[in-house]
Amino acid sequence: MSETPGGDNGDIVLRAEGVNKDFGGVPVLKDIRLDVRRGEILGIIGENGAGKSTLMKIFSGIYPPSSGRIFVEGRETKIESAIDARRLGISLVPQEFNLIRDLPVYNNVFLGSELRTRLGFLDKEEMRRRTRALLADLSVSIDPEAKIEAMSAAEKQMVEICKALAFEARVIIMDEPTTMLTKYEIEILFNLVVKLRANGMTVIYISHKLKEVKALCDRVVVLRDGVIVLDSPTASVSVMEMAQRMVGRELSSIFPAKRVPDAEIVFEARGVTVPGVIDDVSFTLHRGEILGLAGLVGAGRTEVAETVLGLRRKTTGRFLRGGAPVSLEAPADAVRAGISYLSEDRQGAGIVTGFSVLKNITLVSLGRYCRSLFGLVDNTAERTKVQGYVDSFRIKTESLDKRLENLSGGNQQKVSLAKSIDTEPDILIVDEPTRGVDVQAKHEIYRFINDLVGKGISCILISSELEEIIGMCNRVAVMRDGKIVGTLEGADINEEEIMFYATGAREEAAS
Amino acid sequence: MTLAARVSRIDLEKYGSLLALGGLFVLAAVIGWPYFLQIENLVNVMRQSSYTGIMALGMTFVIISGGIDLSVGAMAAFVASCGVLVMNYVMKAAGGAEVVPILLGIGVMVLLGLVCGALNGILVTKGKIVPFIVTLGTMSIFRYVSLQMANAGEFASHSQAFGELGMSKVISFDVAGSNVSLPTPVLALFLLAFVLSFVLNNTRYGRYLCAVGSNSRVALYSAVRVDRVRFWAYAIIGACIGLSAALLAARFNTVSTPNFGLGFELDAIAAVIIGGTAMTGGRGSVWGTVIGVFILQIIQNMLNMAGLSPYLQGVVKGIVIIASVYIQKQRQ
Repeated sequence: MSETPGGDNGDIVLRAEGVNKDFGGVPVLKDIRLDVRRGEILGIIGENGAGKSTLMKIFSGIYPPSSGRIFVEGRETKIESAIDARRLGISLVPQEFNLIRDLPVYNNVFLGSELRTRLGFLDKEEMRRRTRALLADLSVSIDPEAKIEAMSAAEKQMVEICKALAFEARVIIMDEPTTMLTKYEIEILFNLVVKLRANGMTVIYISHKLKEVKALCDRVVVLRDGVIVLDSPTASVSVMEMAQRMVGRELSSIFPAKRVPDAEIVFEARGVTVPGVIDDVSFTLHRGEILGLAGLVGAGRTEVAETVLGLRRKTTGRFLRGGAPVSLEAPADAVRAGISYLSEDRQGAGIVTGFSVLKNITLVSLGRYCRSLFGLVDNTAERTKVQGYVDSFRIKTESLDKRLENLSGGNQQKVSLAKSIDTEPDILIVDEPTRGVDVQAKHEIYRFINDLVGKGISCILISSELEEIIGMCNRVAVMRDGKIVGTLEGADINEEEIMFYATGAREEAAS
Repeated sequence: MTLAARVSRIDLEKYGSLLALGGLFVLAAVIGWPYFLQIENLVNVMRQSSYTGIMALGMTFVIISGGIDLSVGAMAAFVASCGVLVMNYVMKAAGGAEVVPILLGIGVMVLLGLVCGALNGILVTKGKIVPFIVTLGTMSIFRYVSLQMANAGEFASHSQAFGELGMSKVISFDVAGSNVSLPTPVLALFLLAFVLSFVLNNTRYGRYLCAVGSNSRVALYSAVRVDRVRFWAYAIIGACIGLSAALLAARFNTVSTPNFGLGFELDAIAAVIIGGTAMTGGRGSVWGTVIGVFILQIIQNMLNMAGLSPYLQGVVKGIVIIASVYIQKQRQ
């Protein structure tokens, strides 16, 4: 407070001036100018990849900006680490909790900055005392001695907030704080945030949920493609307007022309429920159709795919293949039913990085290359087929025996795609097919998918990139909280409509 | 280290352990001159390698699948005890005939090994208990059940022919004027290595085994029946242990329950690792394991000839295991 304002209003605790950030030449934030005022609740919204998290990571010392200046309390500051940020009074409450399950609350609150006695031992008494005081301040009834593992998500969040407050925080950044909370818990959190503001604290509130931002925040900043496109008091902007600002981008013409699907229904889900994951999901898929599954991260899209594959146990509902009930209890059942899946988690569930191009592509379909009872692999047939994929997909590799860990992300993805179509499926589920690949590979992947659909294959496209959904799909099912909340067709497939459903703004508008 | 530096230019992944074996062979020839190179000694080294070697072949599969089996030696003792008991019983019932009881005894050992291995496999896959713990538990169970059965003593075979089988040699040929005959266990080792190597490299099961060990989640998503693949790895090592136990029991014509197969698990694991199979699973080589057991055995033979005490031999063995893994790490 004693710092010279340097021409700035003293009420500004945190300021970004012309901040740019790029990753490997790809700009993520462009010339960000943002003032964060003392004692305000600032909502920051934007689509996936809009740059929200990157900006917050710059504020909390996890990334340095590529260029531009950061001011804390009016003084230009380089925030070089999370500990630096903490010292400056900026704390991040992350979306994924960073708590150690086996340690009690007070140890977690002081994790990494433990208080010590003069002899260098842990000063447990003092840590307990201060944790108790912090918890009392927040009026939450948590025992400082309690272990984290037994706690609910809301309690864990309170501990995270305590952790953020333990070192005289000025600014608390909350990243998607309500994703794991129940309605009641959200209310408690909101009361807490308001209380923090009353104490002169600044809260930066990042969310996908526009209604929450509207209800809680004093000011809202909308980021799109790394640029601030709206900065306004919340009172003077509607939820609809926020959603429009979040998207509202010209569609580029990198997508091939859509084909018209047949009327024949090849696959159907009826009232499929996996408790706590997806809820009463029903959809139909026509021959030669691309059905989009849109929604925010955590809406349950990948989980739908995993249920179709038999990786998750459904308690109710059924699947129909060509009108007849089909049992899908294990991935092998799905393969037999002509269903193939391209995983969003390429390295974790899609490809074996230690395997060669050859062995990856035929991993699912290996049975097709086996001649005898003993499962002897016909290497010639295998190599011929795989060479075909390498040529037609233009996979850049010196040989079929090259290990995938030595290939680029785009080429790995092409291998992964080749792998999922080598079973000659009738139904292909692609989950974030262009994640982490360059533009060139993106185009190619779109074309492959479109070609497959032209051959009568049906496709379910799961994507967080709205352009992709809009550019590719014949129909779009939008998911939120494990449910399909709307199905869009034709001209209704646009960013505004999808975001309205995905964020729950539609309900708001209706009520 | 100049040797290591020069060697690293060749395809070490494939031939590293073979080169090490060659170097060691020359060293042993020098230290143990002239006895080491005598045919009798070399045949003996191979014979001694084959008992742990056959188990190590199965261990190669288990380790490639991302698992481990510590119950090897104890299972061998249990299986051999049961086999000898069955053999003796049948022989008595058959009034002294030997061929059928011996075949039956060996059959029991191999099958019981398969069943015991399958038990490990079920606990690992269906019970979802980590392999280290499962096989640590069954190691204790197999050993102490055998001790209980024999009252910590031994089960002597009543068949003389069984003991002769243990000392038998199968293929005999002339090398440089002297007659060389391969002992039965050595032949068994080579035949089994040939079969398992073929399975690993040319069949669907072999491919799946590597996939499961490399990344079981990817394998699961790729419609590989991960549990089944892992189960069979344990069943296969069980059968290998049964075969090895039969050969070893025949060699002594008795099963001494406190000592039979004692510490074999460590030798088998060491051989697999020295042979270049990744401890983390996903890839490995059956012939590498064969080389691995020979390396271990030659070191022991060489140190014997140099007059080093058996205790210090154990120390050297430990150093070799650690060093070989260290060198493999440096390559990556």
